[in-house]
Amino acid sequence: MLQGHQTWVFQNQPTISGTATVVGPFEGQGPLSNDFDIIHGDLSVGQKSWEKAERTLLEEANKLAIENAGLTKEQINFYLGGDLMDEIISSSFAARTLAVPFLGIFGACSTAMEGLSLASLIIDTNSANYVLASACSHNASAEKQFRYPTEYGAQKPPTAQFTVTGAGSAVVTKGGKGPKVLSATIGRVIDMGLKDPFNMGAAMAPAAVDTIQAHFRDLKLEPSYYDLIVTGDLAKVGYELALELFKKHHFPIAETQYNDCGMMIYDYETQDVQAGGSGCGCSAVVTYGHLFKKLRRGDYKRILVVATGALLSPLSFQQGESIPCIAHAVAIEGGKE
Amino acid sequence: MSNSKMKKLTPTQQEYQKLALAKEPKRPLLINCWHAFVAGGTICLIGQVVQTAFIKWGGFEQKDAGNPTVAVMVILSTILTVLGVYDKLAQWAGAGSAVPVTGFANTMSSAALEHKSEGMVLGVGGKMFKVAGPVIVFGTVAAFIIGILHWVFNPSMGGMV
Repeated sequence: MLQGHQTWVFQNQPTISGTATVVGPFEGQGPLSNDFDIIHGDLSVGQKSWEKAERTLLEEANKLAIENAGLTKEQINFYLGGDLMDEIISSSFAARTLAVPFLGIFGACSTAMEGLSLASLIIDTNSANYVLASACSHNASAEKQFRYPTEYGAQKPPTAQFTVTGAGSAVVTKGGKGPKVLSATIGRVIDMGLKDPFNMGAAMAPAAVDTIQAHFRDLKLEPSYYDLIVTGDLAKVGYELALELFKKHHFPIAETQYNDCGMMIYDYETQDVQAGGSGCGCSAVVTYGHLFKKLRRGDYKRILVVATGALLSPLSFQQGESIPCIAHAVAIEGGKE
Repeated sequence: MSNSKMKKLTPTQQEYQKLALAKEPKRPLLINCWHAFVAGGTICLIGQVVQTAFIKWGGFEQKDAGNPTVAVMVILSTILTVLGVYDKLAQWAGAGSAVPVTGFANTMSSAALEHKSEGMVLGVGGKMFKVAGPVIVFGTVAAFIIGILHWVFNPSMGGMV
């Protein structure tokens, strides 16, 4: 049901009955390593190309999420997936493996929450019984497509972010056990004219703030309604800027805990990740791995996940275009099982 | 950012860009320069040792010893690239590892490695110069201009001065 201008409130309690996260070696060395289902020790995941490695992560996450939900792939009505590769090949190819009716989506690093909001809407409107939503990214395949060859020696500025190698999948069902999706706010594209692809946190922060404020405006809620508000991959630079913008707009973010997945996934002391993590996989694995564990345990009652995406392509920034950004917010309720 | 570029932006965008710029962590310029000096100097020192070795034991003249020295440095850099070390060194060294010939070898070997998955012709062959290409193109253009200047200002070559 639409409430306000851009928020869906789900009344039939779409439930996330199964999730799975699969990550690479670097994420496995990070502080959240205990919260992931599968950690690969090899960045290439035993595959011949980075692209195949990324796809393998996604296929494993999909398979495990369906198992964790106690389902078989034949029962899944629809699969919504997206990633960062050109023409979202990782998701399309994983959909070929699943052989489930598929909708490919692209929201750059906001894809995880774009998928989850659409999956919840499909369930809420009785348009399906079981929907699978997932997102993935791979550090090397992203470097290859957006920046330089992985082994090329280029010094990164402190604003640069490290693409997460990982895939996160969630199965949304009608009723059942697990965290419930309460509402979702679809963001609009915000472009502040920033052009530096090595500073995407700064480009994305205004989009995150815009969507968060729209969410509370539409639902007439206070930030304290949530135990945690978490953005997808603003990392250190974008996080600081988001705090500045909240202050400027007199938005009481201090009422609740505010964090960023890109700052949670790596250890700044021991891991050389510049500003922090990024990529579709970042918000997906932190949310479905770490945050869901806490939701299921009852550490958090309600959280708001705001996945942020920079909608640029290598072509657009080479042609001097600025970076349009987007953010989608999904409210999830946990509670002890 | 220049003023003419700023004029095209809305006031909100301008205001945010100022904020973003103020909050942007600066590149540690002095430390980067120091690292580049140490790393670049070390690479050149190794090069010098190799060259001297070629002159002393290889029977090369001073002016001929350059070519085998470059070949050795290129091979060393390629080995470090393949072992996945060169890019990590570069994050510390910056320009120190990018400017010497070892940096050039790294651009080509890293691109060749990366695009091997697209086949020998379109992948390795086609994409090998992805990063090195501009260096060759503009290096040649610069050499051409310097060559003309050299011809114009060098009396022994029959120039105008």
